[in-house]
Amino acid sequence: MNPQTNIEQGHRRYLQSLKREKKWVRFYQLIIFLVFFSGWEIASRMQWIDPLIFSSPFKVWELFLTKVQDGTLFVDLSYTLFETIFGFILGTVLGTLLAAILWWSPLLSKIADPYLVVLNSMPKVALGPILIVALGPSFTSIVAMGAIISIIITTIVVYTSFKEVDPNYIKVLQTFGATRFQIFKEAILPASFPVIISTLKVNVGLSWVGVIVGEFLVASKGLGYMIIYGFQVFNFTLVMLSLLVIAIFATIMYQLVELLERKLIKNGS
Amino acid sequence: MDFLSLQGIHHTYFTKTSATTALSDISLEIGEGEFVSFLGPSGCGKTTLLSIIAGLLEPTAGTVTLEEKDVQEASKNIGYMLQQDYLFPWKTIEENILLGLKIDGSLNDSNRDYALTLLEKMGLKGVEKQYPKQLSGGMRQRVALVRTLATEPKLLMLDEPFSALDYQTKLKLEDLVSNTLKSFGKTAILVTHDIGEAIAMSDRIFLFSSSPGQIHKTFIMPDDLREATPFNARNHEAYSSIFQTVWKELESLEPTNKH
Repeated sequence: MNPQTNIEQGHRRYLQSLKREKKWVRFYQLIIFLVFFSGWEIASRMQWIDPLIFSSPFKVWELFLTKVQDGTLFVDLSYTLFETIFGFILGTVLGTLLAAILWWSPLLSKIADPYLVVLNSMPKVALGPILIVALGPSFTSIVAMGAIISIIITTIVVYTSFKEVDPNYIKVLQTFGATRFQIFKEAILPASFPVIISTLKVNVGLSWVGVIVGEFLVASKGLGYMIIYGFQVFNFTLVMLSLLVIAIFATIMYQLVELLERKLIKNGS
Repeated sequence: MDFLSLQGIHHTYFTKTSATTALSDISLEIGEGEFVSFLGPSGCGKTTLLSIIAGLLEPTAGTVTLEEKDVQEASKNIGYMLQQDYLFPWKTIEENILLGLKIDGSLNDSNRDYALTLLEKMGLKGVEKQYPKQLSGGMRQRVALVRTLATEPKLLMLDEPFSALDYQTKLKLEDLVSNTLKSFGKTAILVTHDIGEAIAMSDRIFLFSSSPGQIHKTFIMPDDLREATPFNARNHEAYSSIFQTVWKELESLEPTNKH
């Protein structure tokens, strides 16, 4: 047997083992999914758990079908989605902008420091009632909730990453006579892209929190409203349906951000 | 008339608890087309001095003039190459080497071609669209040299540019840099703590003593060594005796460093 075919065979075997491992991972993931939902269904039917409180997958599915047919699910879903996406984008963009301003003026950042700490420690959802009074019980105040919850933490994280850019990159640009804006554009911002993207991932989750809480408070439309309404009329099938839809769409948004990450960050790897 | 002139440079760094004098009374002149080295133990303020010459740092006292102009105005004529390549990892090689031209807004077809020709001269044809990560350390340092030369500076400053490379690559690059600079007639300042490198590459060596940084002694290299390439200079018969002389001077500086 010559060594060449030996290597080829070895490689094939290695690829097969990779494939086999992937299959097993997928298999167990599927098992967990099935066990969870069938367990839930069985426990509910056998009255091991209170079906009034925990509902059951089958009832949730039936409710899903009726709400799809009469179109009410899409109305609520689209409200919540728009609010979350707007809040998310607003929070990230404004947070990054604030970080840029702080980077631009070190004096300002020193002055602002204690205020940022206070604002960051503050539970932002506690501002909900004030927002609603100030902006009205509407789309605007819910978007504001979705944005405000992520804006300060974005500012702090992105500003820190701006400051941590290797000063030698700045030195290279300075030897070419770069202005502060050019330094920002050519070195600071692109070097911080990975951090900005990872805050995007965190902000997806945060914006959902802000929007759902906002909908609890405004209580007129959306998936958050579905939860609070289901809770008030003791229809927990409705609550569960809303939770599942939120889980699915929050995951989709997260995946989209990951896709963006792969598109944006290229350095030949 | 001297090309670059430093008069009575002093520099002091201040911190909350101390004031450290990094440089004290540095005066020197460098002629056009000359290649000089700043040699000295670490902490002798060599890098500080380069930053001052580059106009990045204002000295506490003293003046630096390039062709009788203050360096703050003449900074476009100065190229600065750092210890590591510091190529921007998210830019392609082409974007990296054109960076200086882009920054000062002078990028056009002719200097773009010039930069790409330089790249080719450095033996790096066909890497324009690649990213720095895909290149070896020696290749990246050559790209960094092209980036520095692309703006056609009159004075080039090299801050230990070979110290992060393996020995073989370092020897090859010394030759390449030396030949390139000679063929363009550039004036250059090399900062190094490698005695051999200083002797092999330069026309004159300024030996610095530390804390505070001062010019301790100046060595003028014989013509034979100047004309030889760095690699051949290392094999020249005069090399080892000069090495011994410089070595002894460096040793004599040691006791003053003892804490």
